[in-house]
Amino acid sequence: MSVLDSKVPEGPIKDKWTNYKDKINLVNPANKRHIDIIVVGTGLAGGSAAATLAELGYNVKAFAYQDSPRRAHSIAAQGGINAAKNYMGDGDSTYRLFYDTVKGGDYRSREANVYRLAEVSSNIIDQCVAQGVPFARDYGGLLDNRSFGGVLVSRTFYAKGQTGQQLLLGCYSAMNRQIARGKIEMHNRHEMLDVVKIDGKARGIIARNLITGEIERHSAHAVVIATGGYGNVYFLSTNAMGSNATAAWKIHKKGAFFANPCFTQIHPTCIPRSGDYQSKLTLMSESLRNDGRIWVPAKLEDAKAIQEGRLKPTELAEEDRDYYLERRYPAFGNLVPRDVASRAAKERCDAGYGVNATGEAVYLDFAAAIERYGKVQAKIQGISNPSKEKITELGEAIVEEKYGNLFQMYEKIVDENPYKTPMMIYPATHYTMGGVWVDYNLMTTVPGLYCIGEANFSDHGANRLGASALMQGLADGYFVLPYTIGDYLADDIRTGVIPTDTKEFDEVEKEVKDKIDFFINNNGTKSVDYFHKRLGKVMWDKVGMSRNEKGLKEAMAEIKQIREEFWKEVKVPGSANEMNPELEKAGRVADFLELGELFAKDALVREESCGGHFREESVELDGEQKGEAKRNDKDFAFVSAWEYKGEPADAVLHKEQLEFKDIELKQRSYK
Amino acid sequence: MNLTLKIWRQKGPQDKGKMVDYKVSDISEHMSFLEMMDVLNEQLVNSGEEPVAFDHDCREGICGMCSLHINGEAHGPDRGITTCQLHMRMFKDGDTITIEPWRAKAFPVIKDLVVDRSAFERIQQAGGYISVNTSGNTQDANSIPISKHAADEAMDAAACIGCGACVASCKNSSAMLFVGAKVSQFALLPQGQVEATDRVKNMVAQMDLEGFGNCTNTGACEVECPKGITLENIARMNRELFKASLIKF
Ligand SMILES: Cc1cc2nc3c(=O)[nH]c(=O)nc-3n(C[C@H](O)[C@H](O)[C@H](O)COP(=O)(O)OP(=O)(O)OC[C@H]3O[C@@H](n4cnc5c(N)ncnc54)[C@H](O)[C@@H]3O)c2cc1C
Ligand code: SF4
Ligand code: FES
Repeated sequence: MSVLDSKVPEGPIKDKWTNYKDKINLVNPANKRHIDIIVVGTGLAGGSAAATLAELGYNVKAFAYQDSPRRAHSIAAQGGINAAKNYMGDGDSTYRLFYDTVKGGDYRSREANVYRLAEVSSNIIDQCVAQGVPFARDYGGLLDNRSFGGVLVSRTFYAKGQTGQQLLLGCYSAMNRQIARGKIEMHNRHEMLDVVKIDGKARGIIARNLITGEIERHSAHAVVIATGGYGNVYFLSTNAMGSNATAAWKIHKKGAFFANPCFTQIHPTCIPRSGDYQSKLTLMSESLRNDGRIWVPAKLEDAKAIQEGRLKPTELAEEDRDYYLERRYPAFGNLVPRDVASRAAKERCDAGYGVNATGEAVYLDFAAAIERYGKVQAKIQGISNPSKEKITELGEAIVEEKYGNLFQMYEKIVDENPYKTPMMIYPATHYTMGGVWVDYNLMTTVPGLYCIGEANFSDHGANRLGASALMQGLADGYFVLPYTIGDYLADDIRTGVIPTDTKEFDEVEKEVKDKIDFFINNNGTKSVDYFHKRLGKVMWDKVGMSRNEKGLKEAMAEIKQIREEFWKEVKVPGSANEMNPELEKAGRVADFLELGELFAKDALVREESCGGHFREESVELDGEQKGEAKRNDKDFAFVSAWEYKGEPADAVLHKEQLEFKDIELKQRSYK
Repeated sequence: MNLTLKIWRQKGPQDKGKMVDYKVSDISEHMSFLEMMDVLNEQLVNSGEEPVAFDHDCREGICGMCSLHINGEAHGPDRGITTCQLHMRMFKDGDTITIEPWRAKAFPVIKDLVVDRSAFERIQQAGGYISVNTSGNTQDANSIPISKHAADEAMDAAACIGCGACVASCKNSSAMLFVGAKVSQFALLPQGQVEATDRVKNMVAQMDLEGFGNCTNTGACEVECPKGITLENIARMNRELFKASLIKF
């Protein structure tokens, strides 16, 4: 018997959320003033939650490791945010967004949660516009949409190539209003290092002031974790340098189950690595796949010539190019979901067709789009018989308008002009679908401890569709958590302030301080990065885009080995009572070194291929789908939720069986 | 390439601080500036010295954390980029590079190259928002059409990343470009009209309180701004302020 209760309400899927809201307990406005809530993380998820909870009247204490909520990594999202508004009249609906998300996630998400997400999606756009988010508009003054991978409608709202920035600034402004009113107490440059439980309930946290090094105690009636994803377990990823799993991992060690750690998204369109000094990878928005065509040379000798710099991509004739996505997936072409596009790129590069010196890159080519747009523009402007140059000029202007900032970013990094020569791209770790297990209320397995945004195991199953993370973060924070948390807090109206001078706080604070002292006093010989890079290499090579039993077992052993060396040999200069970035990194890498092993273990147990998780042992052997990933619904239609038992290898698996009542389980075909 | 770095080191807010010389070698032209700093820090850690503290996070020019004054210019040579987007191909073998924190009274140094920009936070809290609660029954997003030009212009103003390069570049340490950008974003949108008067007054009052200097139209801020925020935003803010001064409630 599983101890997991998803708490999904009864009734038809369309009515669940409405009925649920009608029946939950509410906290009256006067009582909210006596209730404190801690929100750790102020990206889209935490920021929207903090602002909304404060508007409702709760006392919110919010925490972020950056010097302002505006700098959370949500700021880096480029492409857009989905919503089932059907402004384009192309047949979109709540059901269709729900369906696309479940299908895109390869049928490994909880139906009821995803339906609710689709249901509140259109409120998000209304809310953001009301806050002054400058979404792109058409000439009639109405909101514009674009389309993203894995779907057949245009439902993505965007603000140039800076959608995440604008949404985050919207929620930052809502927070600022509440900070000014005194309803949010904002703790910037603070890192949560552990959670404190009293009588089994989450009642506070221990945080380090990153400026002074002081260890602080903070109490509340409920704690919300919104600290983002754990992609940096790979060392190189599109995440920010400081993105970390510490809060999520620490609550796991205190009783919150960790779900589906092996579901990680490797994004197909990132700028390839250029050398060993590389500190992070940069994403080129997926929206580029709307207009860019992906290809590699069709002949090995051409690929070789390109790798050695003897041949230029522009010199290769049309028939010598292999537009492999269009070839393999005629229905979706360059817009197949991310996992499919990434694996296809790896397949070509592994076969020797890669296009830069490392052999790990494919082309993303805009020449066709430039010509197409140029011709349309020439017509619009009434230019008869336009020259080739004129068409290119007109087309480039349109492409610049759509993607100008991305092209500029590319040129700054790679030093090549993507209007004139195709971009080079390669997959990189980008997003983690796995995370802390939560029920329908977004509560973890610890009472009073919630987890929202990318940090939870979320609504994206085994693969997330583009523009759906922003949607989920804001749905959780603006429209879901504020209801569900009230239901829990209704029991706490008479509790009064939670004191921090108790033995529970003493104990956890001591654990935290001991660990910091260890780092400072451990006169090792190797830097934190040295270990992080080694971990990242194991993860990428053996727990990356394609996985097998042998590799995963090796990975588990190797990670354990690195972890043991880390605790012996790590060197952290400076002291504990000051700003100390090396000390911050040490704590984060220590947690990645445990999480990485559980990650590999989860991948080992899941002997099927689904979404971002590809097991070489599980592929279709014949038919139209030959060579494609093979999902196994009979044995693996569950969420794996891991319970901490000391060593990561000893974690105990709990299964949440997934039921599909409203969507038929199907082979995911993009052919 | 091999380089000499002259870097500002300061233990804490009370410390006086000084420039210290370091040498780095084998720097690739493909590295970003901050990756070069990583190389230096790895070198320092390995030799038991304290690494240089500097702010950074996204390393793709959007979070606004990175903030180095390089060879006398905010975000270094090259235009339209942040420090993290600066590449070593802008330098050559044998160069000496001076690296300092933002210098402004309103941005005190915390440690080495890290400064305290919380003054920007307080300015935003003074009015950088539209008062709308989250309810789930806000009017439909398309109910008020906004001309594409206004929306695009609002977006251009909203592109500010709050890095503070404008302040660091200004001889008066004025924050007008930053504040002007936020005021402009809302002034250009219908949603921002209701609170326009109070917003501009309160934000400007807070700006003055924080100790930022006056604007004397030298335009250095516009030149160094990584996000192309134009002086037009300062003009618009001044107009808004003038308009506000005519309204009495
Ligand atoms: C380059 C890039 C582009 C993307 N583009 C898109 C897109 O176009 N569309 C889309 O839908 N999704 C996109 N995504 C995904 C999406 O941006 C993220 O999944 C989402 O923004 C995560 O939001 P969050 O609020 O959960 O976490 P984050 O925004 O990562 O916020 C985490 C917060 O937690 C804080 N924090 C972390 N650890 C601690 C700690 N220990 N103590 C205290 N505070 C802590 C941080 O300070 C921060 O405030 C993109 C992601 C990346 C990396
Ligand atoms: S106006 Fe420009 S320089 Fe000033 S804070 Fe904004 S982005 Fe930075
Ligand atoms: S590190 Fe984010 S803008 Fe430079």
